[in-house]
Amino acid sequence: MRLSRPRLDALGAVLVVAGAAALFFLPFVVFKSNRIVPGDPRTLGAVLPGWGALGCEAALALAAAAALWIADARVRLVLALTGVVAVALAAAAAGNALTPPGNLVVRIAPGAAFWTLLICLGLLATDATTRLRPGPALRVLLLAASLGIAGLTLAHGTFDHLSVMREYAVNAVRFARELRQHLALAFGSLGAAVIVGLPLGILCHRLPRLRPGVLTTLNIIQTIPAIALFGILMAPLGALAAAVPLADRLGIRGIGAAPAVVALFLYSLLPIVANTVAGLRRVSRSAVEAAHGMGMTARQVLLGVELLLALPVIVTGIRVVLVQNIGMVTVAALIGGGGLGAFVFQGIGQTAIDLVLLGAIPIVTLAFSAALVLDALVEAMDRVKASA
Amino acid sequence: MITLESLSKRYGESTVVNQVSLEIERNSITVIVGTSGSGKSTLLRMINRLIEPTSGRVLIEGRDTRAEPAHLLRRRIGYVIQGHGLFPHRTVAENIATVPRLLGWETARIAARVTELLEVFQLDPGKYAASLPHELSGGQQQRVGVARALAAEPAVLLMDEPFGALDPIIRAKAQDDLLGIQRRFGTTIVLVTHDMDEAFRLGDKVAVMSQGRVLQYDRPAMLLIRPTDPFVTRMTGLADRALRLLSLITAADAALPGTSEGPAVQGSASLRDALSELVWSGADSARVVDADGTARGRLTVAAILAHGHP
Repeated sequence: MRLSRPRLDALGAVLVVAGAAALFFLPFVVFKSNRIVPGDPRTLGAVLPGWGALGCEAALALAAAAALWIADARVRLVLALTGVVAVALAAAAAGNALTPPGNLVVRIAPGAAFWTLLICLGLLATDATTRLRPGPALRVLLLAASLGIAGLTLAHGTFDHLSVMREYAVNAVRFARELRQHLALAFGSLGAAVIVGLPLGILCHRLPRLRPGVLTTLNIIQTIPAIALFGILMAPLGALAAAVPLADRLGIRGIGAAPAVVALFLYSLLPIVANTVAGLRRVSRSAVEAAHGMGMTARQVLLGVELLLALPVIVTGIRVVLVQNIGMVTVAALIGGGGLGAFVFQGIGQTAIDLVLLGAIPIVTLAFSAALVLDALVEAMDRVKASA
Repeated sequence: MITLESLSKRYGESTVVNQVSLEIERNSITVIVGTSGSGKSTLLRMINRLIEPTSGRVLIEGRDTRAEPAHLLRRRIGYVIQGHGLFPHRTVAENIATVPRLLGWETARIAARVTELLEVFQLDPGKYAASLPHELSGGQQQRVGVARALAAEPAVLLMDEPFGALDPIIRAKAQDDLLGIQRRFGTTIVLVTHDMDEAFRLGDKVAVMSQGRVLQYDRPAMLLIRPTDPFVTRMTGLADRALRLLSLITAADAALPGTSEGPAVQGSASLRDALSELVWSGADSARVVDADGTARGRLTVAAILAHGHP
């Protein structure tokens, strides 16, 4: 018997080439003497002489070896995550090493190599996780563990000398407020859309004549760009505020949170209504007929059979809406609606990329987490295939 | 006893069920047979008020079915449909427990009833109670559907093409099981089908429907011997009516005194099967025996043939 030659992993090879090129040719961190000047690029070797850089490079070499030759997904996942930790710690160490003691003006920003390495390692870890096919509960647990570790290191101050955390230190109070506002806008408009969309979907299912009109209207609303919809809503809401002082006092005005919530609500209706209709249509007609025939009341049939069986499809709609809303709330900052988008647009205005990241990183994390948790929920609920 | 009194159902201009009156006897199987669009399903659904009649009324044991809310009426009447209609998200045991739960039975009583029914329907409770419907075969799903309909011990069981989705071998078994169930529980069964063979096999009485009307309502043999409408003759078929008639009589009922050296025929077998056995074996006469083998008499070819015409 001959030993088979280890086969080269195609995805692994691409990731290793990209990661290695980034590590050798792109700056690992950028040193800026203040937050808006263009920076001075530094490679990993230059900022972390000696054991630090060597340790990080050793971890990356192991991850590269796993990416190229090791087929066992568990080993690939562990070494990829070790690589992520090594790169993060190296960046934190670079921040500490490059910041003169007591200096709050310099900015040590993660460079192109840092981001490229994170993306490559992240793809490697995602690929390994996909191959392992973890169940829904395990996926949520992994997410919670990752967020927990990230939260602990942030709270511990590991990354305090990096530019994004410098921006956070300056804006901590406002960050908490904008995060709350962001979540309130995203979940509030989702809640309103569920309260209106679910009955509307049920109605469309019961009265097929209604369906084309409602779905076409909601489809047209979806095609209006967000900014345009904000603009369209400004006039009527502004007029309402002027005419009804109570509305004005409640915060319903042409600009601010009100048009944002209304716009997001309108965008959210289509996925909720369409998925409610699709979910109810999926329910076996004979099960519904049998339910009536056995003496369930109309309410028992709707809640206990129809909606219960349609739930996975409806929750899929809620997932679409939540992820879409978390992203779109960003734009609400443009009309004074607040949310994390405020940092993004302020950062763009000041050409302070670190401030943009302070808004963007939590938004991406929130959207990713929401998608993962709701996908897991749908999978857990969908254990029953609708039988014919 | 179920009494249908001039029951009609109209949708706009079209009359689906037209002035139907029937007396359905207690502890019997009544089959409503007809082509698609004959109104047979509509007639059945007016009994448990899934469809409300345009005019006429239904009495069960002399009591008007409109005397109570429809959902309470339906809890007292078993209902089985084609394609079983099991709840895919509930286990077999939960499916069977549906009506007892609606009626608020105690948990222990429900569990005992579910176990009893699973055993009656030859489904090992330890193996199947916690299964989901999609894990069962088509025949098993159909049996669970019937078990669910019988869970609350209804006096009346309505069945709408219950065996339509089954392949022929499993269907024959399901029909035999239904006859056994009817004898065991004494349920009054009303069954709708488009299959004349099924009607002859199961029905104590058969109602032939066409275009919303019941053309003839009688014992199966009478449909062959004295059809009252050309459509009934067409439904029962001319070519094999003698054989159909023989299939309605058991060997035990037609047995002559004495014994025979010929092949043994079960007393419960039909004359059609006995004739087939005689033709196949080339003998002139057969021995009629009980299930335990004791002789019950004999049958000759001539005696069998004498039963094959009015």
